[in-house]
Amino acid sequence: MAKTESTFRNMALSLTLIALGASAGLGFVYELTKEPIAASVLNKKLNAIREVVPEFTNNPNEEMFMLATDEGDSLEVYPAKKDGEIIGYAVNTFTNEGFSGYINLMAGFSPDGTIINVSVLSQKETPGLGTKMADPGFKDQFMNKNPESFQLRVKKDGGPVDAITAATISSRAFCDAVQRAYNTLQKGGIK
Amino acid sequence: MNQLQNFTKGFIKENPILVLVLGTCPTLATTSSALNGLGMGVATTFVLIGSNVVIALLSGVIPDKVRIPAFIVIIASFVTIVDLVMQAYVPSLYETLGIFIPLIVVNCIVLGRAEAFASKNSVLSSFWDGLGMGLGFTIALGIMGAIREILGSGSIFGFKFISGDGILVFILAPGAFIVLGYMIALVNRLKKA
Repeated sequence: MAKTESTFRNMALSLTLIALGASAGLGFVYELTKEPIAASVLNKKLNAIREVVPEFTNNPNEEMFMLATDEGDSLEVYPAKKDGEIIGYAVNTFTNEGFSGYINLMAGFSPDGTIINVSVLSQKETPGLGTKMADPGFKDQFMNKNPESFQLRVKKDGGPVDAITAATISSRAFCDAVQRAYNTLQKGGIK
Repeated sequence: MNQLQNFTKGFIKENPILVLVLGTCPTLATTSSALNGLGMGVATTFVLIGSNVVIALLSGVIPDKVRIPAFIVIIASFVTIVDLVMQAYVPSLYETLGIFIPLIVVNCIVLGRAEAFASKNSVLSSFWDGLGMGLGFTIALGIMGAIREILGSGSIFGFKFISGDGILVFILAPGAFIVLGYMIALVNRLKKA
C-alpha cells in the first residue's frame, strides 16, 4: 500500500476520521459500562454504610441529607432506620490532613453520638504504614466510644488513641475526619 | 523475523522494562504488591495489543507528519476503554491503581512499540509483538511486585506468612528502585551468559 502523502487535506482528513472512529468506540463502551459502574459505586457506598451502622430496613441512600460542617463545607449523612425508627447515622466524612492529603471515611454513629464503626472509603496513604488505618487493629479502638468522653487524639497529642506505628500523621488525620463527622452531627442537632 | 520471535523477544531479549528500560514510572509506582503489578501489566498488555493492531492496520493511510497525534488518539481510546471496563468490573483493583491507568497513555512502551514496530510491520506481527511485549511487561511487574510484597509486607498475593511488618523500605519508592536495579543487573548477566 502506498503511503498517503502529507498534504494538508490528507492530514486533516485522516485525523478527523481517526478521532471520529475513536469517539464512536468510546461512546459505545461508555454506554456499555455506565450501569455496572453506577452499580459498583452505589454498592460500595451501601456496603460501607452497612459496615458502620446496625442492620437497617430503609434505603439510606434515598434518605441521604446534607449537614453543614463548621468550616462551611457540608457532609452527606445517611440515616439508618429499622421499622421507621432511627438506629444510626452513617456520615460520609473526610480530612485533608492525611500524609498524602485527602482521606474519605464513612463513620457510623448511634443516635446518642457513640461511634459504631468506621470504614475507609478512599485514601492514598503510604502502603504498609498509613494504609493500616483500615485494619481492625487500628480502627476497632474507636468502636463503642463516644467522642464526648473519648478524645479523638493520638497518645502523642495527649489523647487515648493508639496511633499506627510510623504513621502518626495518618492516625491524626483519621481522628480529624471522625471528629468532623461527630461535630457536624452534633451541630446539626441530631441526637 | 518469524512470528514466534516477535512473540518471545519481549520476555527477556527485548524486555520493555529490564532491557529497554521503558515505562519505569508505572513500574516503580504500581509494584507495591504482586497483584497490583500484574493488574497494571494486564491493563497495559490490552492497550498494547489494541493499539499495535489498529496502528498496523492504519499505518498505510496515516500521513507521516501527523502520525504521532494519530497514534496518541488511538492509544488514548484504548486506555479509556480499559479505564471504564476496570471501573465497572474490578473496582477494587481500579482504585489501587488509580491514576496509573489513565497514565498508560503516556507510557513510552505503548508509543514506542507503535512507532518502532507496529507502523512498519504487518497486523499479525504487530499483534504478536504487542502480546509478547505486554506479557514481558506483566511478568517483570509481577516478579517485581512479588519481591517487594514478600520483603516489604511479608505476604504474597495478600496471604501473610509472617506476623508483623516486613522490611518497610521495599514497599516505599526507594525499594522499587533497589529491586528494579537488581532485576536489570540479573537480566544483563543472563543475556551475557
